[in-house]
Amino acid sequence: MADQLLEIADLRIGATVYPPGEKPRDVTLVDGVSLTLEKGKVLGLIGESGAGKSTIGLSAAGYGRGGVRITGGTITVNGEDILANGQSGLRRLRGKTVCYVAQSAAAAFNPAHRLMDQVVEATLAHGVLDRASAEARAVELFAKLGLPDPEHFGQRYPHQVSGGQLQRAMTAMALCSEPDLIIFDEPTTALDVTTQIDVLAAIKDAIHDTGVGALYITHDLAVVAQVADHILVLRNGEAVEYGPTRDIIEQPKEDYTRALVSVRSIDHHARQPESQPLLDVDAVSARYSADLPPVLNQVSVQLSAGQTLAVVGESGSGKSTLARCITGLLPIESGDIRFAGQSLPKALKSRDKETLRQLQMVYQMADVAMNPRHTVATIIGRPLTFYFGLKGAARRKRVLELLDAIELGPEYYDRYPAELSGGQKQRVCIARALAAEPKLIICDEVTSALDPLVADGILKLLLRLQESAGVAYLFITHDLATVRAISDSIAVMLQGEVVRYGTHEQVLTAPFDDYTDLLLRSVPQMKLGWLEEAIDGRKMTGQDQ
Amino acid sequence: MNLIVARLIAQRLALGLLLLFAVSILIFVGTMMLPGDVAQAILGQSATDQAVANLRAELGLNDPAWMRYLDWLGGILTGDLGTSLSNGQSIADSLLGRAGNTFFLAFWTALIAVPMAILLGLLAVRYQNRWPDRVISGATLTTISLPDFFIGYLLIYFVAVKLGWFPSVSTVYDGMPFVERMRAIALPAFTLTLIILAHMMRMTRAAILNVMQSAYIETAELKGLGGLKIIWRHAFPNSVAPVINVVMINLAFLVVGVVVIEVIFVYPGMGQYLIDHVAKRDVPVVQACGLIFATVYIGLNLIADVVSILSNPRLRHPK
Amino acid sequence: MKLPNNPLANIPIAALIGLILTTLFVVAAVFAPWIAPYSLSESVGDMWESSSAVHWLGTDNLGRDLFSRLLYGARTTMTIAALATALAFSLGSILGILAAVLGGWADQLMSRTIDLLMSIPTLIFALVVLSVMPSTTIILVLVMGILDSTRVYRIARAVAVDINVQDFVEAARLRGEGRVWIIFREILPNALSPLVAELGLRFIFAVLFLSSLSFLGLGVQPPEADWGSMVRENRQGIVFGVPAALIPAGAIALLAISVNLVADWVLRRTTDLKGGRSG
Repeated sequence: MADQLLEIADLRIGATVYPPGEKPRDVTLVDGVSLTLEKGKVLGLIGESGAGKSTIGLSAAGYGRGGVRITGGTITVNGEDILANGQSGLRRLRGKTVCYVAQSAAAAFNPAHRLMDQVVEATLAHGVLDRASAEARAVELFAKLGLPDPEHFGQRYPHQVSGGQLQRAMTAMALCSEPDLIIFDEPTTALDVTTQIDVLAAIKDAIHDTGVGALYITHDLAVVAQVADHILVLRNGEAVEYGPTRDIIEQPKEDYTRALVSVRSIDHHARQPESQPLLDVDAVSARYSADLPPVLNQVSVQLSAGQTLAVVGESGSGKSTLARCITGLLPIESGDIRFAGQSLPKALKSRDKETLRQLQMVYQMADVAMNPRHTVATIIGRPLTFYFGLKGAARRKRVLELLDAIELGPEYYDRYPAELSGGQKQRVCIARALAAEPKLIICDEVTSALDPLVADGILKLLLRLQESAGVAYLFITHDLATVRAISDSIAVMLQGEVVRYGTHEQVLTAPFDDYTDLLLRSVPQMKLGWLEEAIDGRKMTGQDQ
Repeated sequence: MNLIVARLIAQRLALGLLLLFAVSILIFVGTMMLPGDVAQAILGQSATDQAVANLRAELGLNDPAWMRYLDWLGGILTGDLGTSLSNGQSIADSLLGRAGNTFFLAFWTALIAVPMAILLGLLAVRYQNRWPDRVISGATLTTISLPDFFIGYLLIYFVAVKLGWFPSVSTVYDGMPFVERMRAIALPAFTLTLIILAHMMRMTRAAILNVMQSAYIETAELKGLGGLKIIWRHAFPNSVAPVINVVMINLAFLVVGVVVIEVIFVYPGMGQYLIDHVAKRDVPVVQACGLIFATVYIGLNLIADVVSILSNPRLRHPK
Repeated sequence: MKLPNNPLANIPIAALIGLILTTLFVVAAVFAPWIAPYSLSESVGDMWESSSAVHWLGTDNLGRDLFSRLLYGARTTMTIAALATALAFSLGSILGILAAVLGGWADQLMSRTIDLLMSIPTLIFALVVLSVMPSTTIILVLVMGILDSTRVYRIARAVAVDINVQDFVEAARLRGEGRVWIIFREILPNALSPLVAELGLRFIFAVLFLSSLSFLGLGVQPPEADWGSMVRENRQGIVFGVPAALIPAGAIALLAISVNLVADWVLRRTTDLKGGRSG
């Protein structure tokens, strides 16, 4: 087929791992994956962590990260076997025919050189254009990608521009040498949602206008649905399902794909707040140091016993600071925090044990929230001993009950955190919080480090535990889909202030304020054409400065 | 140079001066206040009380400590390092020629060792985990474990005594012809080179490897650039600061290593002068030499700090 | 975290050699009086005899049996170095972790003091002190231990600061745990393995440092003997082609290399274990 851009057949990729104290052993990362991509089309590679999607993507440039090697199969670009001509052949291919856009542009740009020099570097190295034309093309691309002041943008250094801009600049860098194929490796994952939508739209337009072919790698099906013509679903290094984007989204055949499509469709009926709140945050202001502006400004929210208050906002909105103030890690400057009718002492060290017990916390990164040298038994058992004086068999019995409550068997009792998966770790953290029998658990981005399906499981568990234990959650997140799924009331935060607050229904029903509208429109939805609708319907531009 | 950089550098320099001041106090207090009477120590246990008392008066030990310190510091700032107790000579005069000899040796050592270390470090990175890297790493791991005098005497025994290529004792004198002088310092310079080369090369290798594992090097590889171009354009500019840091730290090692080497080769430098007078419990000499060694050491570390400020693009091109 | 049942099962050959040699040195040091054919100070032959069936390594500058002196020297060298390392470790790691946990002005005070101590080269500092203090075993251990504790302090503090800001320590604070629990149950178990790996390197440093001091005549004083002072006693012979001084010097080198090989292996193992984080 003459118009075939990329053809990968029966690709096998392996690596050697060096487990401590054991003999090195070879592992298979990708096992017999085949795919084809026509000229000018976009293929989405989707999967959870460990699916091998980045590894496959990079193999299209004949590249393996740190000891990863291609052990079998063929990779053909424009009808030529790219592995046939050794390193020099690959060097001619990379940067000219196949270009790459990394997840973290901030790390992928060399801090020592100006952006322009880096953007045109590959174009000049391969003799595609002379310097003047290359720079002119770069300026054109900067303009197309919506970068500010495109004429002079290239004069800046990487640290002088924002993350969203760097991601666009990296796309310009990939497009500059007029390649046939670009590999996009999670290009918007590290960005805030309102920035993500702009960058996503810019990338989509640029792909469309230049007619370049692309492999678009992501874990977010809703995102890839907006840009890809076809989607390949991967799991554990093997292909699960392949098809046109519409079929994958609307009529998935495989169970795994169906699970990915229906993620976050949790059925939850929001409750009305009670007259006596459990937690009453009243006009709280806080700052990290006297000469810095406040990070929280007159924040007031309430949470009823046994219910969930979601605090949603982007990075820098102050949502995590609110959690630190409630726990006492950051003493508030003014205002009052009442808990169960009592005013909480501002600093952690002036709070009594009983107050501390009733207010527990679950963290975003479960693997650093547990002491790697403690067993699950110690991690869950310590609060039992510390708060209730439980010892010996009684403690063991209660730990096993808690393990059962988080759907882990007794065989996990003696394990160390390193022996658990990401989702299991978060479950143990939840059990540790539950062990204190608290009235309130603060959940700080507890699902954002997890793969979508695992995150779903955690959310369902939290809801079930709420019903059985009657515990209230203060749920801090940047993810509106999560908010929708579990909250009874919602506070939207922007730059240290609450811009919208009320019950689930009040907050999520029109008319919206500008920011909430932007936020709601920016959350990728699992349907085709969402991106265009969202961009057209926006009242306010993103915070991408 | 912009304001932020200028302010940071001024801060470092001020901090360096403050440190130097504190070090001078520490050395002074260390030699004067420790248990054990200096006068008694000089004269030995058999001395009469009268003799000890006389010496105490002569040394000004009966003055309050802060006064003696200010006297001493004032002297140093005006170039007067005091008088040696053991031979009554001006310390500054005795030191001048010896310091020259020491820096002569250190200079030639650095001139050989620094380029060699960087070259070997680059070679080890280029052939990472292959045989050149293994050989270099194995050899340096061994030399790091060798005492200075083992290398020194091994060279004297084989190269000087058995082969007779170089003199075994590095005698130098005023007006010595340059070629002769170079012959005299050949073995001590070679020994010193071996000693600091290992450290410097290992640290250079680590610093460059750290840069080579950055995401922007992957970007450069995916642009299809050649190996040399990646190293020259992308790795080198970001390695300069850490490598210079490594060099400065090792030159500071060198300053200390010189002491033992001078004793091995009976080389008339500052180190040997210091050792001789420590044995004689000649406190003023020890204080003066200690302060000079510490000053050089602090100065080299300061240069490393300043270079890393100057080469940081975030500071050079602020937002 | 799965620890292999037998940690020696997969030991690389270099580390194994290091381990065997280190063990031999320790045995020699411990049993010196029983193994040594002659006493430490007895003159049993001519000056600088070459090796023979009677004197395996020959004799020294005063006609004493070099092999016997080497064994006794191992005792002195390794004892002082081990004591200094132990002191450096207990002092450095306790203060370092304490500084990290206390933070604020206590941390500032300790860290700036350590900065000051480290701004003078170790050897020069020791020489300054030894110019006014006698070179007894206790003084040597104290001087070496305190000076080396600055290095341990730096490492311990850096490791502890790193651990102290981890969420699991914050979780313990939020639970209301006291300082004792936080230091001993949360921080110490995690700080231990990088510190233990450093132990070998600090011991080598102590051996080399003591040997240098003794070689300069400011360490172990006669009639006691350590390897450094034996080099000093026999160095005149080198110029006449007598290699006696090279034997104790070589012993120091061999011990240092052996311990280095073991330490290098332990270091690799612990960094591997630390990297056992999934995701």
